Amino acid sequence: MFDPAVAAVEGALAAGAEYADARVVVSRRQHLEAQNETIETLEQSESAGVGVRALIGSSWGFFATAEFEEARQAGEAAAAIARASSTVPGPPLSLADVPVREDSYETPHDEDPFAVSLAEKADLVVGVTKTMQAVDGVALARAILTAWDTEKYFVSSQGHRISQHLVECGGGIDAIAVGEAETQRRSYPQSFGQYQTGGYEVIRRFDLPGHAERVASEAVALLTAPECPEATTDLVLESSQLALQIHESVGHAIELDRILGWEAAFAGTSFLELPRLGSLAYGSALMNITADATLPGALGTFGYDDEGTPAQRVDIVKDGRWVGVLSGRDSAALANLPPGGMVRGDGYNRLPMVRMTNVGLLPGESSLDEIIAATEEGILMATNRSWSIDDKRLNFQFGCEIAWEIRNGSLGRMLKNPTYTGITPQFWGSLDMLAGGGEWIHWGVPNCGKGQPMQTARTGHSAAPARFRGVRVGVKG
Amino acid sequence: MTLSPGAPRTPGPAEICQQVLDLVGDRAEAQVTSQQGRPALTRFANSFIHQNVGEAGVSVNLKVALPDGRVATASTTRADSAGLAALVEGALAAAALRPVDPDWPGLAPPATVPEVDHYDPATEAATPDERARRVRAFVDAGPGLRAAGYCDTDGGTTAFANSAGQRAEGRSTRATIDGIHQTDDSAGSGHATATRLADLDATGVGAAAADRALRSQAAADIGPGEYEVVLEPECVSTILIFLGFYGFNAKQVIEGQSGIRLGESQFDRAVSIWDDATAPAALGVAFDADGTPKRRLELVQAGVSSALALDRRTARKMGTESTGHAVPESDAYGPIPSNLFLGPADPAFGAGTSDLIASTARGLLVTTFNYCRILDPKTQVVTGLTRNGTFLIEDGKVRGGVKNLRFTQSFIEALGPGNVLGISREARFADSEFGPGLVHCPALRLGSWRFTGGVRG
Repeated sequence: MFDPAVAAVEGALAAGAEYADARVVVSRRQHLEAQNETIETLEQSESAGVGVRALIGSSWGFFATAEFEEARQAGEAAAAIARASSTVPGPPLSLADVPVREDSYETPHDEDPFAVSLAEKADLVVGVTKTMQAVDGVALARAILTAWDTEKYFVSSQGHRISQHLVECGGGIDAIAVGEAETQRRSYPQSFGQYQTGGYEVIRRFDLPGHAERVASEAVALLTAPECPEATTDLVLESSQLALQIHESVGHAIELDRILGWEAAFAGTSFLELPRLGSLAYGSALMNITADATLPGALGTFGYDDEGTPAQRVDIVKDGRWVGVLSGRDSAALANLPPGGMVRGDGYNRLPMVRMTNVGLLPGESSLDEIIAATEEGILMATNRSWSIDDKRLNFQFGCEIAWEIRNGSLGRMLKNPTYTGITPQFWGSLDMLAGGGEWIHWGVPNCGKGQPMQTARTGHSAAPARFRGVRVGVKG
Repeated sequence: MTLSPGAPRTPGPAEICQQVLDLVGDRAEAQVTSQQGRPALTRFANSFIHQNVGEAGVSVNLKVALPDGRVATASTTRADSAGLAALVEGALAAAALRPVDPDWPGLAPPATVPEVDHYDPATEAATPDERARRVRAFVDAGPGLRAAGYCDTDGGTTAFANSAGQRAEGRSTRATIDGIHQTDDSAGSGHATATRLADLDATGVGAAAADRALRSQAAADIGPGEYEVVLEPECVSTILIFLGFYGFNAKQVIEGQSGIRLGESQFDRAVSIWDDATAPAALGVAFDADGTPKRRLELVQAGVSSALALDRRTARKMGTESTGHAVPESDAYGPIPSNLFLGPADPAFGAGTSDLIASTARGLLVTTFNYCRILDPKTQVVTGLTRNGTFLIEDGKVRGGVKNLRFTQSFIEALGPGNVLGISREARFADSEFGPGLVHCPALRLGSWRFTGGVRG
């Protein structure tokens, strides 16, 4: 399968490109969704093609085709597009050096998720919705399973020749209770499901049937729970909500393309400015963030990125100080930083761009029980329900599915419609207790959107429960 | 050298659809949609083109239903004979392994699809140089400012066929220029979308963005609270997207998650909302993913919620007819209106956008919203922020820029009875954060909007 990629690179070079690379990508996806004991969606998709980048001067061009026989012409088209780009040119551009490798990588997995029968998967998702529906007051009981199988064949004009086989899967359940003028939702393992690299053993570990009744009962109970009060108080976040907090207020903010202004019109920029790299206080001393594409089982783990750069672990925040970014070969060279190997594209027909790998908060030494016991007055919030953050990644507001009040070191009443809001560095600066050990989980986000045309990436975020002091909660519409 | 390397070898979408139906034969009911297109997008930032992409591709979506009502869907980008055979056999095998679908509505019967003229061959064939010229014009409209945005062209053919005899085919194109100009402490945006690339005034759009950026410099920091607002079309577009997806979507209504109650005066009597893929001003083809012909659908008439968007599945559940709003993901998300319009119920109610500002004693002029997410679909309470130009209005005049604000606001209540104080006569395609060409709308003056946070939280 390297041949179309080789032909595409040759076509681009023959048409005047100074550098070119190409990826053949063959991807399969299987998705099941059950609702109230019925399979609502059973979808299988396959895409295959070659995408090629050409660099002329300081200008890029990219072209993709599903016709492997036309790969060379695709390379020529990419060069022609790069030439058009050069009519509105930018500053001189170079590519940071990376090792040129001929190699292969495969996601470690025990059980091919596509080899597990559809009947077994259907029985699982239908069965858990039946369990949830049996709880009085549940209007909607849903379950989803998704698996991806991706083969990539990467070739560059510098001599890269890398094949990868990535296997990812996951899923989850949720129950919705409908009141007179509201809906309430509970889900497991997290909102929109939990996803990791690996085979079907990932899904078996979730034990979805074992959580179905609890999830349903909590959704119904929320309808009659008191509202989360408006207050400024201590906030304890369970780990999947903290994972999304990391994704939005750290992961996107540290993308070097955003910092350089390349995403200004759409996704936005960043409050981070390169001259303050190494000195800016991002959070408290408990805050240690890494971008680690080598974490076994995490969703953002791979062998090489889509520029052929080996997967690596990079320090992002160390003892509360901002020390690193997410970068690719061109953005790193422009900022005079080492390339991080964080460039990926969505399928064969999307331009690879800076994406999160596994951007996670390293574990602390406490536990959720200890955090609650040490909290005189506060609120514990769990499982994301809504998320919004400004275009510089400063002002955020999150909603969660459920909360509990904390009084004198113990959990109290369940609360509904919990929200919290804050400003990124102040919020992270208020982090004063952090769990670890078995409560440190590699959460996965399967739908991180970025770029124009839009592309989605699957990213990982390790997190454990944590406490933040003096946070504004209970914002109402 | 060609920029459409797939073209010589790949059969047309209608031919692909027929090939797939032939492969299915009498083993199942089947419906097929095939799209062939040449999307291309030229992106710029820091006033230069930094990303520039194109593709030639085809997609094929197949849904099969076995005689006992077991259903599965499959899709592929492989349109050669081996790829199509794999698509068909995979879908049939999947259907055989799943339970009977009790809500399978059957295939759309043969019906005539309205003729629409939403296609421009020059736009489909647009070159990267033509897009780059629009980018240059946008950038040059803001001398000394930093520009970012994109110019794209998208065009192609969509064909539908099912084993019940329905056939449909349509061509469509779209072109967009969208971007911002930035100073060191401000930004302003501009947007235009049309069927024809030639109709885009990139210089005018760039000049509007530059003007907003310059006028919003040294923005003041004002506190949160309830404000009267004049919302530019980009903001109105976002409201309509949420109303369409979470409100007028029949699946949401069936599941009890929608706040829409048919027959009730839920909106201001000045407002009408409709969906119409057949309008000359609309984009796209005039049939949906089920093959059902599209027609104008009155969602809100003079403030009264009057209809829902339906596909065949939700129509069957509600005992009525499809309105032609199936999308490929309808089984999961429900039917979605994607040719939305808003206008005054009484044309005499319309005013100039400047009149909306002139009649506001104290309020905010908002250019665009950013990162809007729903807190509860039933109440349509949404949180988001302002972006790319927020201005204070005092005594009917725009006084200057204010820093971005966060809002937490019910979109149903925003358009509720008594709250719509003005509707501009000028309407255009406006871009929400969910993509261009979905909403054609005016600016609105609203009596109250709840801002819940400033830049300091």
